[in-house]
Amino acid sequence: MNDISNAVMEALHLIGGADPKLLDIVLLSLRVSITAVAIAAVIGLPLGAAIAVKRFPGHHTVVVILNALMGLPPVVVGLAVYLLLSRAGPLGPLGLLFTPTAMVIAQSILITPIIAALSRQVVEDAWKEYRDQLRSLGERPLGAALTLLWDVRFSMVTILLAGFGRAAAEVGAVIIVGGNIDGVTRVMTTTIALETSKGNLPLALGLGMILLAIVIALNATAYVVKETAQQRFG
Amino acid sequence: MNISMRAPLSLLPLRLHDVVFAAGDRRIIDGVTLTLEAGPRTVVIGPNGAGKSVLMRLCHGLLQPTSGRIAWNSPELPGAPRRQAMVFQRPVMLRRSALANVAYALKLAGVAHIEREARGRAALRRVGLDHLANSPARVLSGGEQQRLALARAWALRPEVLFLDEPTANLDPGAAQEIERVISAMHDAGTKIVMITHNLGQAHRLGDEILFIHQGRVLERAPADRFFKHPASAEAARFLEGELPWQA
Amino acid sequence: MASIGRRLFLTFLLCLAATAQAQEKFITVASTTSTEQSGLFGYLLPIYEAQTGVKVRVVAVGTGQALDIGRRGDADVVFVHARPAEEKFLAEGQGVKRYPVMYNDFVLIGPKSDPAKVAGTKDITAAMSKIQSSQAPFVSRGDRSGTHMAELELWKASGIDIDKSKGPWYRDTGQGMGPALNSAASMNAYILADRGTWLAFKNRGDLAILVEGDKRLFNQYGVMLVNPDKHPNVKKDLGQQFIDWLISPAGQKAIADYKINGEQLFYPNAGDASA
Repeated sequence: MNDISNAVMEALHLIGGADPKLLDIVLLSLRVSITAVAIAAVIGLPLGAAIAVKRFPGHHTVVVILNALMGLPPVVVGLAVYLLLSRAGPLGPLGLLFTPTAMVIAQSILITPIIAALSRQVVEDAWKEYRDQLRSLGERPLGAALTLLWDVRFSMVTILLAGFGRAAAEVGAVIIVGGNIDGVTRVMTTTIALETSKGNLPLALGLGMILLAIVIALNATAYVVKETAQQRFG
Repeated sequence: MNISMRAPLSLLPLRLHDVVFAAGDRRIIDGVTLTLEAGPRTVVIGPNGAGKSVLMRLCHGLLQPTSGRIAWNSPELPGAPRRQAMVFQRPVMLRRSALANVAYALKLAGVAHIEREARGRAALRRVGLDHLANSPARVLSGGEQQRLALARAWALRPEVLFLDEPTANLDPGAAQEIERVISAMHDAGTKIVMITHNLGQAHRLGDEILFIHQGRVLERAPADRFFKHPASAEAARFLEGELPWQA
Repeated sequence: MASIGRRLFLTFLLCLAATAQAQEKFITVASTTSTEQSGLFGYLLPIYEAQTGVKVRVVAVGTGQALDIGRRGDADVVFVHARPAEEKFLAEGQGVKRYPVMYNDFVLIGPKSDPAKVAGTKDITAAMSKIQSSQAPFVSRGDRSGTHMAELELWKASGIDIDKSKGPWYRDTGQGMGPALNSAASMNAYILADRGTWLAFKNRGDLAILVEGDKRLFNQYGVMLVNPDKHPNVKKDLGQQFIDWLISPAGQKAIADYKINGEQLFYPNAGDASA
């Protein structure tokens, strides 16, 4: 319990001191994870919706694999992306290793399956309800996918939050492809890992509390926005 | 009389020849041969499980027959705007305003963007919903949503309108309004094909009756004659309300 | 839809970020966790950056991994503390030249209760033998780091074949210095650590320095430019500039000036040709 009260003190101290380094770290964490969610959404939402409405040979296999990929271990993704982006690897000339861009790439790969698998489920459930009516109006499957995506947009908010949560919480991928470079690729989770390994447990825990507070605040905002919008549209 | 200007040839008559629809071992539609002509309002009745909904979905194209042929006079081309519409027992509306739902259907029908709002509003006015044009469709009452479904169908100026028990979930007042709209669409030239369990409604709205029993068309007759002198024993029993629920 | 606007905006931001990076002068240095966690870079690099305007990005991993990063061409400079591994790196043609920079020492950390009774011994090999014979818990880094390699050398020097003598007392954790110290603190075990990380380490539990000062605990750091002939992307001028500064009087003084609680951690010895 002493550690926890120390941690709370550290957290308050950090916030109150408005440490510019801490602010940089927080902003970088948000920038990396939010960008990754945006990319994953652009790829994953239409992909999930398309799989939901179209039947093709091997459909069951695709769904099973997509669901399984939700459990991709971050450290494995990190390693794979590291090998891709290393100078000795195929994408070496891009010079992306140890940059925030590499972190965005790794996290996008990590959460695209989550967003695709969850949107597939939500759109499929909606498709059951809408299918006869939309087909009656002459809608084709892929057009239906986009229409449904917009119609279930409130559920999408929850899906995007799930993706963001996963991205903001992981450390395995970003630490390998980012290198945890001070001032360049150090994010909240890697800082917590570093301070833990230095034995600065109260500081690490304090940072953890700050990270949690930020994620909760983001979720609360999204919830309020969703609820008010849902009131209007039913 | 409003024959659609879009197609040189009318959709009707619709010809079904020996149509069978089987699910597993069960033959839900067991050999139906019939022709639907333009003009009379066709009402489809029969006991539960007789296959009325399935037959209607086969005609509308939502289901493919297991065997047999279904042919429109001039076939609808895949990807082209639909010339027939269907209203279901439960209206299915998108999470948008009432007007937007109608506009969406118009968009699918290839109507130009600038025309959609005007045509949409006109359709809503015809069914008495123009004051709710900007309301979210999903918060409307059951009766209002069903009227909206009809407005949506009407905006498309379909040649044929299929209706599957459109007033089953509505109170009598709302049901009456729906019947009014259906009659108006008929007067404007749309062929009406409607399933109902409400025999009073069938008599009110129907010009001809199709009586379905165990996946077959057992009887087809002008409404007056059917209700006064049903030709088959099953129809007679059905009208007297004695037919068991299992077809 | 509003989301298209948002997507464009984010792409724009990404491009901005990329170009911003391109304009900044920087080098990538692969170094070790002990150097980073002792706080040396946090002290040294701002001085260098203020003087030259070149930013130094440090990727801190174990010595083995740092040299691997160099072999892949993902760093411009490697700065580690395991001479045999560094010489091998040079022999492979991966590095240009090795410059000794500084040294610190290893210390044998252990529980104050000292079950193996090694406290105060001047002979590290005698201490290691006692630990092994008494089977007192010992935490090893096990991660091909400089510290790990030094530990293995000391077992050998003590005449112990550690692979054969390993038992439940020998805890091979595969961790960096900090996490390994955390483990030792919670297990109340002995551990070989570099003095720098120990001085900066806060979670000491019941541990203390028990053996120090033996010449064999000497830990030499060397710096090398990654070979631009093998890896054309290496920033050889900026990299050499950093190396030159480290061994220059200014750099060497900065190293000596770094202290924790008034104690100097690293001893500059760039002038020592035998180091």
